[in-house]
Amino acid sequence: MNRLSADNVTLGYDQRVIAEQLSVEIPDHSFTVIVGPNACGKSTLLRALSRMLKPSEGRVLLDGQTIHSMPAKKVARTLGLLPQSSIAPDGITVADLVGRGRYPHQGLLRQWSSEDEGVVQESMASTGVAELADRYVDELSGGQRQRVWIAMALAQQTPLLLLDEPTTFLDIQHQIDVLDLCADLHEEQGRTLVAVLHDLNHAARYATHLIAMRDGRVVAEGAPAEIVTADLVEEVFGLPCQIIDDPETGTPLVVPAARKGRVRKTDTVPEVADSVR
Amino acid sequence: MKAPSKTSVSGTSVPKTSVRAVRTAGGLSVRFELRPLLTVGALLVVAFAASVLLIGTGDFQIPVPDVLNTLMGNGSVAHEFIINDLRLPRVVVGLLVGAALGLSGALFQSVTRNPLGSPDIIGFGQGSTVGALIVIVLFQGSAEAVALGSLAGGLVTGALIYLLAWKRGIHGYRLVLVGIGAAAVLTAMNGYLLTKAQIVDAARAVVWITGSLNGRGWEQVGPLFWFCLILMPLVLLYARPLRMLEMGDDVAYALGVRVERTRLVLMTAAVLLTAAATAAAGPVAFVSLTAPQLARRLTRSPGPNLLASMVMGATLLIAADLGAQRVFGADQLPVGVVTGVLGGGYLLWLLASERKAGRI
Repeated sequence: MNRLSADNVTLGYDQRVIAEQLSVEIPDHSFTVIVGPNACGKSTLLRALSRMLKPSEGRVLLDGQTIHSMPAKKVARTLGLLPQSSIAPDGITVADLVGRGRYPHQGLLRQWSSEDEGVVQESMASTGVAELADRYVDELSGGQRQRVWIAMALAQQTPLLLLDEPTTFLDIQHQIDVLDLCADLHEEQGRTLVAVLHDLNHAARYATHLIAMRDGRVVAEGAPAEIVTADLVEEVFGLPCQIIDDPETGTPLVVPAARKGRVRKTDTVPEVADSVR
Repeated sequence: MKAPSKTSVSGTSVPKTSVRAVRTAGGLSVRFELRPLLTVGALLVVAFAASVLLIGTGDFQIPVPDVLNTLMGNGSVAHEFIINDLRLPRVVVGLLVGAALGLSGALFQSVTRNPLGSPDIIGFGQGSTVGALIVIVLFQGSAEAVALGSLAGGLVTGALIYLLAWKRGIHGYRLVLVGIGAAAVLTAMNGYLLTKAQIVDAARAVVWITGSLNGRGWEQVGPLFWFCLILMPLVLLYARPLRMLEMGDDVAYALGVRVERTRLVLMTAAVLLTAAATAAAGPVAFVSLTAPQLARRLTRSPGPNLLASMVMGATLLIAADLGAQRVFGADQLPVGVVTGVLGGGYLLWLLASERKAGRI
């Protein structure tokens, strides 16, 4: 039995239903990546898994218990989340922000133990922001800032960590940087990671377990090498493509069909169209 | 990418972070930051000095040593009467009103994540005024009735704004916008009530609207003191979750903060504090707006700065009253005029600097 799962959940906002009777298992110690086109419900699923969205039916289970009926701080010691929208307060230093990840371990009279201090140091070291400890967060670049937020989530010391589009708005080198960091956390610290990613090739390269969604349903799940096929990509994203082996890693690499090729496939009289032009 | 090191929980070999805490052998620890503590200490000294000077100020001047002696119970009978019965309650009301306004301002600005989200901008002062004016103009009520009317006005306004701004939770911008709209409507109501008033009632109403400490006695201290005694510790207990809330609702949820409950408790406390302070001294302008911002600039600390804002509010109000009494003579200028001028200037400066920073 896996630690985190969604059991027949129906998810939505107000009257708008995003997903119905959705069931998902997050394999323990996996680096699970959820992919799918915009509005397929992948972020909504992540919000439900992190108990920020309460399912109207069904339940999300954490260690066999319904997550929404567990004490908030207890959940926060088991399951961490890096949301898309986070605000760095004005004038906060890196160390102070990372230290706030210790909140679920603290209390009114246990505000900053030596353990807190040690964990914060270590979280900053493993995300490579230790030397920035006394800098203000507003002065950092986008990539550095994202590492600081990840360090904060690490300081929470949760065996499960959920990341909502951690690479959005970053340059390509910082995207790879953040994904490398995630892979390290997964491989070296044995944490279970769940991330929503936009880039299918990043997902195929880094994920150990891939969940492909469309219209609030899981279309396929499994190891990327087993499930990423041209048919699946066409079914999920509506994109004709070829799948080749990534020359660096041997994982599946999605190469979208050339524009002309796509036109021919959908156009019934391609020769005429060419001659007319 | 750095490989994660083995946990070094002892923390002896690594350089310390800048986070400071006092720890006991029993495993208890309390965080503190030096600069905010020094700021609070310095402000307390200033507030005390201003209070002593203010007590000595008036038609009958009393030198500082005599004020101190009398406060310690060794004064002459005449001094005891003037100080303990006439001037001390006024100063105590001023300190409590300032502290309550400063604290509620810090709470509102933190919850709305907006320096303009302060109770005097988003309609609470105006709501209290409607309550007070109804009592003054329509019923010619006593001072106690006016205080009650003001309290009721503030609370009803608070509840209405909360409900109007509610949409799957309370969010900063919506609260500020709804509040500014409510303030405009309430101001119009106040204008209408004033035009309906008899001239005597109108004069009384205008003095009340300005916010004044003139003639405040122990009977105003009592209720305000109890509000502060209960609400201030409660609010300070919630300072830690509030600090987490400043990083956004999602981050706060992820860290195990009960977001809506924390927000409801703190907003209710802030509305009660504002209403109680306004009932005692009228809607003293701009203390809620300025105190938290000034406190933040002095402490240079992120986070709600609740304690510093509270002490700053008290200091500001007493210093403003002292200035008014010294420059314009005893009971000539209500303190609300001074805080209004200072606060208005500060608001312009804030808007200009925000604009320069490209935030508006």
